[in-house]
Amino acid sequence: MSSLSFAAADATTMLRRNLKHVQRYPSIPLFVAGTPIVFLLLFVYVLGGTLGSGLGGDRDDYLAYIVPGVLMLTLTGGATGTAISVATDMTEGIVARFRTMAISRGAVLTGHVLGSLIQTMAAMLLVAAVAVLIGFRPTGSPAGWLGALGVLTLIAFSVTWLSVAMGMNAKSIETASNQPMIFLLLPFLGSGFVPTGSMPDVLRWFADIQPFTPFIEAVRGLLMGTPVEAGTMPATFIWCAVLSVGGYAWALWLYNRKSVRA
Amino acid sequence: MASTTPAAITVAGLRKAYGSKQVLDGVDLTVPAGTIFALLGPNGAGKTTIVHILSTLIRADGGEIAVGGFDVGHEAEQVRGRIGLTGQFSAVDALLTGEENLALMGRLRHLPAAELKRRTAELLERFDLVEAARKPLATYSGGMRRRLDLAMTLMGDPEIIFLDEPTTGLDPRSRRTMWEIIQGLAARGVTIFLTTQYLDEADHLADRIAVLDQGRIVAEGTPAELKRLVPGGHIRLTFGDLSALERAAVVLDSDARDDDALTLEVAGDDGVRSLKDVLDRLERASIEVSDLSVQTPNLDDVFLALTGQKDSASQKETVR
Repeated sequence: MSSLSFAAADATTMLRRNLKHVQRYPSIPLFVAGTPIVFLLLFVYVLGGTLGSGLGGDRDDYLAYIVPGVLMLTLTGGATGTAISVATDMTEGIVARFRTMAISRGAVLTGHVLGSLIQTMAAMLLVAAVAVLIGFRPTGSPAGWLGALGVLTLIAFSVTWLSVAMGMNAKSIETASNQPMIFLLLPFLGSGFVPTGSMPDVLRWFADIQPFTPFIEAVRGLLMGTPVEAGTMPATFIWCAVLSVGGYAWALWLYNRKSVRA
Repeated sequence: MASTTPAAITVAGLRKAYGSKQVLDGVDLTVPAGTIFALLGPNGAGKTTIVHILSTLIRADGGEIAVGGFDVGHEAEQVRGRIGLTGQFSAVDALLTGEENLALMGRLRHLPAAELKRRTAELLERFDLVEAARKPLATYSGGMRRRLDLAMTLMGDPEIIFLDEPTTGLDPRSRRTMWEIIQGLAARGVTIFLTTQYLDEADHLADRIAVLDQGRIVAEGTPAELKRLVPGGHIRLTFGDLSALERAAVVLDSDARDDDALTLEVAGDDGVRSLKDVLDRLERASIEVSDLSVQTPNLDDVFLALTGQKDSASQKETVR
């Protein structure tokens, strides 16, 4: 076998390992899907009437408005789960063992990323299904929906790489979920739940430059078939590239130096 | 054979510092292929650091280090293909079963499916884990985990195995089992590099022992050679009364008497022969001995003498 097929085989082995973990301990995927569903129901049924009229519509309009933001919250749960399972791995001697074996660099991390990506996307589909169940009607074309799925996968991929690095950077399993908390805040500090135009100046400035605003706008445009600003799609792709390359480099750097318990 | 055996591990001038702390300060070692080598040292001596450097987990600051004939620095991949490490902390995947852990190792070694299956079954059998094979590791005892850990290392059929404190925390029976497994591996020609705090373990298992203290090798040799480094043993005699003690001191020409405890110590380097000689002389003088013990030096004495840790009462009684 060539080194490339060895690398693919090793990453597949690691992916199987991670999926087996999920299968044995399904609490993380349940948490990943559960939190955004609770947020969705709270926002729609508790706050939706008022916030919907604020947008110049009703509860159903608000539901349609927040679905992209809620899907971003699913990413947060996924990122937290990823960080926790990476941190758990790093505290076990098994990673040190992997590093003394002739396995391809990054296979351990790639396995984590792919495993988490599958979990996050499954959770996202579940959240979307609940949204549809309570009345969400994406008015875009099927091609648009597919596009939204593609963009969501890309975003999940980049956020997952970053959360692998965060999990590795954590000093303990207990603190592993701290850094990914940022992903929980960002959809709120963007256009996830209210238009950024309604925010105070400083907050609006931040909302317009942070990655989750273009992410949410891109997904919203594709799902609903509404026009998006010219800069939204390029900004989404650039942010995804920056986050995944940055996350990958950071994670690999940490992996190569941190997996020995001194 | 000994002189022609190639070295499995050669270390020259190994240095490693963490910040301003010099952990390893010029370590030289040679381990011939197919032998058991024990690295002995107190906590914090740098044993684990050496194992981590030899197993490519961390880089040395300086020195020539070859494992299996390859440089651990720029030929790390070749080294990794030849070694196995069973560390101080169990390197198993606690969320998988024993069988799955072994299969994981086999897949990472790119074994063909049939070979993987065969080896998994063989190792489960050999390490007495057949019954527990499909149970989650949470149900495993410490000894079972350690055996699985070593079985996982063996899945890759390594030439050289590093065992970092392989029996720390195990009960005496599991420890025995582990020793037998280690000896079995060496008998098959595997080179074993083990670290231990237990002197009896090094004495029992190792062909050669190196004593590491404060980042330096302070002694190296066979267990017998090391034991010769400390003063020899002696015979301690206890008498019923002071007059017997006084007469014995004259007969045996010894000043090492304790009048309160009514004991007398006599040098006795060569074991049985000097013991017989002492008893003969006492018998000829009709002196009654109420108690007798032979004190022989053991590795504890060597260890304590070499690592500069002051502690008396470290000599072992072999006869009472």
